[in-house]
Amino acid sequence: MAKFEVNGRSVQNRGPDDAPLLWVLRDELGLTGTKFGCGVGQCGACTVHVDGQAIRACLTPVSAVDGLKVTTIEGLGAGGVHPVQAAWVEAQAPQCGYCQSGQIMQAAALLSSNPNPSDAEIEAAMDGNLCRCMAYVRIRKAVKLAARKGARGGSARRAEVRS
Amino acid sequence: MNRPLLPDPGRRRFMVAAVAAGAAFGFAATAEAAVSMGPYAGAPAFEPSLWYAIDSQGVVTVNVVRAEMGQHVGTALARIVADELEADWDRVRIVHVDTDPKWGLMVTGGSWSVWQSYPFLSQAGAAGRIALIEAGAKILGVPASSCIARKGEVFAGKRAVSYGDIVARGGLRAGFTDKELAALPIKPASERRLIGGEFQARDIPAKTNGSAVFGIDAKIAGMVFARPVMPPTRNESRVVSVDESGAKGVPGYLGHLVLDDPSGTVPGWVLALGDSFVAADRAVRALKVTWENGPTAKVSDADLEARARALIADEAAGSLVVADPGVEAAFASAKSKLEAEYATDAALHFQMEPLNALAFERNGVFEIHTGNQWQSLILPTLAKALGRPEASIVLKTYLLGGGFGRRLNGDYAVPAALAAKALGKPVKLVLTREDDTLFDSFRSPSVQRVRMAFGEGGRVTAMDHAAAAGWPTEVMAPFFMPKGANDRPFDPFAINGANHWYSVGAHRVRALSNDLANRAFRPGWLRSVGPGWTNWAVESAMDEAAHATGQDPLAFRLKMLDGAGRNAGSAPNAVGGAKRQAAVLSRVAKAAGWGGKLPAGVGLGLATTFGQERDMPTWTACCARVRVDRKTGGVKVEKLHLVVDAGAIIHPDGALAQMEGAALWGLSLALHEGATFRDGRIQETNLGAYTPLRMSDVPDLQIDFVDSDHAPVGLGEPATTVIAPAIGNAIFNAVGARVRRLPIRPDAVLAALKTA
Repeated sequence: MAKFEVNGRSVQNRGPDDAPLLWVLRDELGLTGTKFGCGVGQCGACTVHVDGQAIRACLTPVSAVDGLKVTTIEGLGAGGVHPVQAAWVEAQAPQCGYCQSGQIMQAAALLSSNPNPSDAEIEAAMDGNLCRCMAYVRIRKAVKLAARKGARGGSARRAEVRS
Repeated sequence: MNRPLLPDPGRRRFMVAAVAAGAAFGFAATAEAAVSMGPYAGAPAFEPSLWYAIDSQGVVTVNVVRAEMGQHVGTALARIVADELEADWDRVRIVHVDTDPKWGLMVTGGSWSVWQSYPFLSQAGAAGRIALIEAGAKILGVPASSCIARKGEVFAGKRAVSYGDIVARGGLRAGFTDKELAALPIKPASERRLIGGEFQARDIPAKTNGSAVFGIDAKIAGMVFARPVMPPTRNESRVVSVDESGAKGVPGYLGHLVLDDPSGTVPGWVLALGDSFVAADRAVRALKVTWENGPTAKVSDADLEARARALIADEAAGSLVVADPGVEAAFASAKSKLEAEYATDAALHFQMEPLNALAFERNGVFEIHTGNQWQSLILPTLAKALGRPEASIVLKTYLLGGGFGRRLNGDYAVPAALAAKALGKPVKLVLTREDDTLFDSFRSPSVQRVRMAFGEGGRVTAMDHAAAAGWPTEVMAPFFMPKGANDRPFDPFAINGANHWYSVGAHRVRALSNDLANRAFRPGWLRSVGPGWTNWAVESAMDEAAHATGQDPLAFRLKMLDGAGRNAGSAPNAVGGAKRQAAVLSRVAKAAGWGGKLPAGVGLGLATTFGQERDMPTWTACCARVRVDRKTGGVKVEKLHLVVDAGAIIHPDGALAQMEGAALWGLSLALHEGATFRDGRIQETNLGAYTPLRMSDVPDLQIDFVDSDHAPVGLGEPATTVIAPAIGNAIFNAVGARVRRLPIRPDAVLAALKTA
């Protein structure tokens, strides 16, 4: 019976302890922004933060997050728009959008530990996130844009989104 | 080539009607309201066509029948309406509609959406503008000729009345005849205010915060989860027995279903049922199913290739897509000849959202909740599977987590519907990635033979091209196949591209359906379809021919892109013909520094195509710069230059995004993606074995659009078609190694280097 926090809310898992966190988030908690892609941790669509670290929720048994803090795409902006999300809109990065929750979570984790990553560092951090639309040019651009705007520790900040 | 069953929505009757309240998955102007399920209670409104309505608040709701799968299609199509309507973009709302016979043919593919929609959406917008000006002029007490419409208002000098107020008063003109519509004054390009320019796509904000709803996110209370136990072959497996003893201990296991499918879509399917996806998934691993397999259970790539070669060798086989007289005579009298075989391996869709569908019956209607690209194709199959009329089945519209042609084939909706019918409960079917791969209707492997005859000075006097592959259209939509010169049907999406715009003397194109492939798996339409692999042969052969006859590959091509005869082009879609193709090719060569000096091991390669179809040419050219490692055979693509002439561009940033994605798809298919068909199934079922392009593989990209007012054509696929041959040609120019199979693997480069 794993007890943990999701986007600031305390939750308790009612299903099997070895169920992947991904499906607990999606089916038990209704947080469907986190996506199922490959199920083997190689596409990154299921990326969430556990105590601030980017992890693959499809390979993480829910018991492993007992007592920890999970943040999903729905909670990233903490009620506002996270600078990484704002950069994603400004760069018009998403195409189909399916992988983008994972891409954004991965990028947010990167920038919180390394506010000014080099191109090589961006590639190293983002290469595990597959984008089948191949919107990579804009994803890279959005990461840099977010870095310029200071995405570090940005979860409490609000940013402007043009509509 | 013909497309016998294209939608003809332009002929739809234009009418005024009250908007009925109904369920809609809609995109709204604000991210908060985007893509939510629920009733849209529209107020009575002005609806000058089926395609949009204006309510008394002045809000314009545009109905989009195309699927949103990353192309921001709603934004582009609504911009067309709004421009001609002189609407206020901030008050335009976009709704992606569910299936209804009133929409006509619903299909999203072929890079057709903007090209097909532009004429009738412009007319619909103009019809509304004219009616609103007429009614607004009455309110303002002036003649209509002294009024203009701008940004949702009708102006007479400085006085104005808003569209919302005009609609609220009522009394708008009741309709337009076909003749009136055809005569409607569409604005000249200089008067466009919303087409072109810089603006953002409406669907994007919801795709950055988790609120975008894809098919896999659809849910309803009381649904049962299902995952299939995949049979050994796609087409001819039959269930002999199911042993569920192991599954009974899986928490949440609810039993299994052996599907009885009157439509024949999913033979040999067993579904494991659970109270959660995790339960169904685990039950699949615990169920023991035995099957009886058809004769294709032992078919492998070598068998498919052997069959393709036999078909090519049989000159009497196939459909003649281009059949000029004099081909044999030209070969008989040729000064020199060239013959080469090109092949491509199977390629997977691998769209990120695994296939899924939610199905249930409600109020006498069977609802299918899933993302789909060709609703009109799967509805009759669902009717057959469920044994009920099409009119009592509705496909609800969701975002697609990638289409790329996979969701043109809606076969995945069938097992969900069958299970929901059998159980009398809502069923949520979700495939794992491995299931998705095994059920993929992937791009068939192909074999092509190109022969060319040369006369004096290396002039091409004849070209003979035969292409053999599995035919998706024959298997899934045979009614969509036109006939060749010998009266035999052919799959246009398995040969387009071969009917190119070069003047090559006597030209013959023969399309061959690989019947063994059609039986062993279900061939599919994959992004850029035929031109994605026929051009691998055409454009590689053009380079081989240039080198064989001692000519510069650029000059050699330009000489044949002369716009003569059938290559002169025609209005409205192909004005200028091959001359426009020559222009993009010249421009890309110049931009990339063609003919300049390069370091050892580095080469430039050219390729040019007309995109997808002769009816709708998107003139495309690429110059690739590669670095080849002679020791390892490794190929590094350093830069891709592209120039495209797609006519007028509706949504420039969206167009660029499509070009970027399509070009990188081309690169991925050229170097990174190839699947093995062995023992009746694909062997590379997940990442690790199947390796699409990643961020670190992305080269420098430079993409230029030709500034043009010509009819807008398609952009979702054309860039894919030029990349592989440009890379192959660049490898030859770098190190003298000619590769003739996709994907280009290092061992093939090494082998070619030995004979270079």
